[in-house]
Amino acid sequence: MGLEHALGESAITTTIDSAINWCRKNSLWPMPLGISCCGIEMMAFAMPRFDVSRFGSEVFRFSPRQSDLLIVAGTTTYKMATVVRKIYEQMPDPKWVIAMGACTSSGGMYRTYSVVQGIDQFLPVDVYVAGCPPRPDNLLHALMMIQDKVQRGESRSTPMTVAAERLEKQQLLQIQGVNN
Amino acid sequence: MQNYIPIFVMLGVGVLMGFVFLILHKLLGPSRPNPEKLSTYESGMPPVRTARERFSVKYYMVAVLFILFDIEVVFLYPWAVNFRELGLFGFIEMVLFITILFVGYIYVLKKGALQWD
Repeated sequence: MGLEHALGESAITTTIDSAINWCRKNSLWPMPLGISCCGIEMMAFAMPRFDVSRFGSEVFRFSPRQSDLLIVAGTTTYKMATVVRKIYEQMPDPKWVIAMGACTSSGGMYRTYSVVQGIDQFLPVDVYVAGCPPRPDNLLHALMMIQDKVQRGESRSTPMTVAAERLEKQQLLQIQGVNN
Repeated sequence: MQNYIPIFVMLGVGVLMGFVFLILHKLLGPSRPNPEKLSTYESGMPPVRTARERFSVKYYMVAVLFILFDIEVVFLYPWAVNFRELGLFGFIEMVLFITILFVGYIYVLKKGALQWD
């Protein structure tokens, strides 16, 4: 994406694309959202014992402007959901989202009025991590799955090909048509 | 001048690399701006008021205190180390310096900056 707009889809652009995706997947910069206890495991995941820098993701950015992987780690209440969504919106494309832990993925044991029953109700999530909290190795596995997705050029947040982008535009137009 | 050529070359290459990365980013990077994405980052909160705001200069009190109790010691220490070599001249200079700062101390005291509650 990006290059195809200028040069069109061809063997050259797809080759360059796969090279870019290879660069991308080995330098995913996470935006940590340690909203509750899963955050501790996320910190362990960055520390030398589990050492996420083996995967090139040790650069935790505390600004959405510089990151391309959102790790939502913890129970997301309705109050926090607007914040999560806003931070997600403020990240530059292409971006990927990990829902870490039972609460984030499904609401977990908090089946209450205040907790969102899974962040996929308001965000496109790429990988869910099971556990309460998940072990750091589990999060590493999620990161590896994200890396696979990046290499394949897939993202639930960003249309990665020209065709996908065209489809998104059509859908948007359809929605606007319905609203009008 | 001959010795500086490598430095100029390095500066040139540095500037060139900056432009190369800017152009590469324009070429390869996707750009999908929308109003929400371009909004101010306030840890996910909607920003309140503008950033170009006038704010109170109460903070200058802290600056005065900092000079009084911190910078003074920074200057006193090397003087104390070389006290014997500097002799009477140094001593008088330091007394003058402390006198000037003492005026500031009285000012701060009168302003009530040392009353913490």
